[in-house]
Amino acid sequence: MSARRGIAALVCGLWIVAALAIDAGEAFPDAPRQERYLALVHELRCVVCQNQTIADSNADLAADLRHQVRDRIARGESDEDIKRYLTDRYGDFILYDPPWSARSAVLWVAPALLLVVALVVIGRVIRARSSELNQEESS
Amino acid sequence: MTRVLRQFWPFWVFLGLAAVFAKALIGIDRGAIDPHAIQSPLLGKRAPEFDLPSVLDPTQRVRLQDSAGRYRVINVWGSWCVACKAEHEALLKLHLQQSIQFIGIDWKDDPSTALEYVRKLGNPYDAIADDQAGQVAIDYGVYGAPESFLISPQGIVLAKHTGPLTEAAFAAEFAPLMKPGATS
Repeated sequence: MSARRGIAALVCGLWIVAALAIDAGEAFPDAPRQERYLALVHELRCVVCQNQTIADSNADLAADLRHQVRDRIARGESDEDIKRYLTDRYGDFILYDPPWSARSAVLWVAPALLLVVALVVIGRVIRARSSELNQEESS
Repeated sequence: MTRVLRQFWPFWVFLGLAAVFAKALIGIDRGAIDPHAIQSPLLGKRAPEFDLPSVLDPTQRVRLQDSAGRYRVINVWGSWCVACKAEHEALLKLHLQQSIQFIGIDWKDDPSTALEYVRKLGNPYDAIADDQAGQVAIDYGVYGAPESFLISPQGIVLAKHTGPLTEAAFAAEFAPLMKPGATS
């Protein structure tokens, strides 16, 4: 039993090590810059494997983009500078949290709009049914 | 008639949505729509400058400004890239037909392998820049080879083609944007 547990722990351990080993070692020795780095790479989309962040992807381009982020933080650029550099080249698509724009407004507003439409339709159906029932009862 | 239309309205809405989705799915299947394509924000903007070692002659540099005043096609490729092999024939032909500069960006590649590649298959490029670090590719917003950019004589990005460049694609996407007389 304990041997089994040991193996399970080992497998989990290896898996975690593998997950962390996308880049060997931390990007920065100091915590503030390392935190900025981690926050940024988790906000940026890997444009090759489009449903992963560049933090999670081991695609070559994702690694290059991580290096890009690291180098730019090291050069003293702000988070906004780095995001602007990348969106100027890859578009808002590279951001996992795209900003408001004429194009993205529809996406942001659509759920609320659909909810309103659905509520109106449900309200109408309920009212129609209840008036039908009332008519049947009164007749 | 209007009664049928009214009574079954959710069905008609469903049918409308189904038609929209079916059109998109068929478009993807036929290759008319590429769901992975990302519109380049560089279109209409100044093309990023670069200054890289030449693959053809390591003692030389390749710069965008060297070809200023002419239409140029910047083609991002690599000897490791399978789809680039597919466009190679077309590039050779286009280079012969068109009096424009073809600049290759050899992306994350071993320059000696790249040199061997063009020696064996023919060289469609006027200059090949060695972008081992991939910095220029990121400057151009490249996400997969091959990608081609049409740059105006003034250095503005006029068009981008993702995937293998064909003669048909060149004629449809690049040629209409080039004004005759300014090509040389």
